[in-house]
Amino acid sequence: MTKTKVKQDSSFWERNRKSEGYLLRKTIFKYAVSIARFILLFGMCFLILQPILNKISVSFMTLDDIYNPTIVLIPEHPTTEHYKLAYQLMDYKNAFINSMVISLTIAIVQITVTTLVGYGFARFDFPFKKFWFACVMMVILIPPQTISISLHLHFRYFDILGLHKLLTGDSINLRGSVLPYYLMSLGCMGLKNGLYIYMIRQFFRNIPKELEEAAYVDGCGTLMTFVRIMLPDAKPILTSCFLFAFVWQWTDGFYSKLFLGNVSLLSRNLDTLVDTLGTYLMRILGIKSTVPPAYGNAILATGTLMFIMPLIILYLFAQRGFVESLSSSGIKM
Amino acid sequence: MKKQQNKLAGLQKQKAIAGYIFISPFIIGFLMFMVKPLLQSLYMSFCEVELAAGTFNMVWQGIEKYRYAFRGDADFNRLVVEEFVQMMINSVAIMVFSFFVSLILNQEFKGRALVRAVFFLPVILSSGIVLGLDTNNSLMDTIQVSVQEAASGVSVTGALESILRTAGIGVRAFEKVFEVIDQIYDIAIASGIQIIIFLSGLQTISSSMYEAADIEGCTAWESLWKITFPMISSMFLVNWIYTIIDYCMRDTNQVIEKVQTVMIQNINYGLASAMSWIYFVIMIAFVGITSLLISKGVYYYD
Repeated sequence: MTKTKVKQDSSFWERNRKSEGYLLRKTIFKYAVSIARFILLFGMCFLILQPILNKISVSFMTLDDIYNPTIVLIPEHPTTEHYKLAYQLMDYKNAFINSMVISLTIAIVQITVTTLVGYGFARFDFPFKKFWFACVMMVILIPPQTISISLHLHFRYFDILGLHKLLTGDSINLRGSVLPYYLMSLGCMGLKNGLYIYMIRQFFRNIPKELEEAAYVDGCGTLMTFVRIMLPDAKPILTSCFLFAFVWQWTDGFYSKLFLGNVSLLSRNLDTLVDTLGTYLMRILGIKSTVPPAYGNAILATGTLMFIMPLIILYLFAQRGFVESLSSSGIKM
Repeated sequence: MKKQQNKLAGLQKQKAIAGYIFISPFIIGFLMFMVKPLLQSLYMSFCEVELAAGTFNMVWQGIEKYRYAFRGDADFNRLVVEEFVQMMINSVAIMVFSFFVSLILNQEFKGRALVRAVFFLPVILSSGIVLGLDTNNSLMDTIQVSVQEAASGVSVTGALESILRTAGIGVRAFEKVFEVIDQIYDIAIASGIQIIIFLSGLQTISSSMYEAADIEGCTAWESLWKITFPMISSMFLVNWIYTIIDYCMRDTNQVIEKVQTVMIQNINYGLASAMSWIYFVIMIAFVGITSLLISKGVYYYD
């Protein structure tokens, strides 16, 4: 083993001499590049991970530790008090279940519908196809804030063709209920649904036409082709779209604020955590006082950690398939 | 012969119908939840909206609300201009950053999977509400001011900045660069999707092209400009549009915040509609013009 290594080494200089120093220069260059790359990537990974690490360390510190300038990363008196308090303030158990149920069902509904639509755009020719696809692009482009006001009123005074008003003399107030959002998801108008349609369409477009024709010759109908041949192929892209839908729904503040006003959701509870802490302290101490900034920060960090923990676990499990499928499926224009 | 043609036409018709059935959810949803609210909000921006019990009235006012948004409101003009400039700087920085990161991540090296996982983490973690949490509440604002004051003397970029300032080379241009460098964290966490899109583009370039160029005596630098750049130029277009849209839809966007305040606190639906339409039209115009310019430079390999 060592012998061959020595031999290789000697032959390296030999080869270097023969190539007039070219080999040495090339090798040095190669190592320089990988060292530079390592430093660069390490720095950037640290940049991305640092806030999370920081939050983890703060979440275990007692108040004394936070105010102690000699303690930077590792707490002297580790405590889980913050977790208990954040758990209580965020109504964690309830909110977690609500968030889970809503994110899951919404993601399932959205991905089912967008898969159908994306497939329709990819594999069929029909009149006005370009026009409708331009509409999809428009849905991607229009910020939901533009129509939020009108949607607000639309669901406040909801009615289907004025039928309900005819019968009872009043419109239905759907604000604050979950129903409007499911309706919108069924109509592909949920959070970033245009993007999913686009991605799924790109995937289905790349499947060779011969596959479909072979299925047709073998007597497979349109629906059967879709279910038996196309869907199993599309598993990776559907998984990543599903993950996107789930995660973005989980962290979404906009639609939750607009539609799910009185459902206890993790994202909303986290958003108001500091204010909740203020009222909690006021109730306990009996006097009106402001939250000490560092304490509020620690609680907020803990709450954020508890909020993103399920996502991180999900990401760790699905990470490889997620990244690979996204980068190999080829989102092409 | 004729019979066969008929049959084909029948098949095509069948396919067209099937296609429409497949996309029907989108059409219904689009008409109900996009076109109608969009038209309504456009109409609303020309009106004074009065809420009453059980119903609401709209009184036609012409361009009164638009005039007020530009002339009457104290903040609106300033916010739009600020956000617009900020968006341009940020978008360019995100494009450059994600392009180079994707170039690096496309190379073979040890621990690539790990690094990729870290870089895509922001796609998951810094979406929606988590993004605004650190900056978006009043409590953090007070800390932030004191932290910035304390840190301004010690940071590396700060020291470099003061050295370059005294040297007096192109002060204005440098300030923008420093601004970008100070925001490197924001840029890094905003460019997850863009990196994925660039990577997917890079992986479709066949390696034989690089090999051929290498044999012909092309340096890596040359093949970056002559092969990589043209081959993924279409991705630049996609990414550019996505970046701008993503930036506009942030919760931290000040114009959006302003609109929300006007809508929810002042209950002035007409003015809020007018403001969001102004912003929307500016953004669409900007996206349209720039993507037209970019698409002229896009090279399609087929």
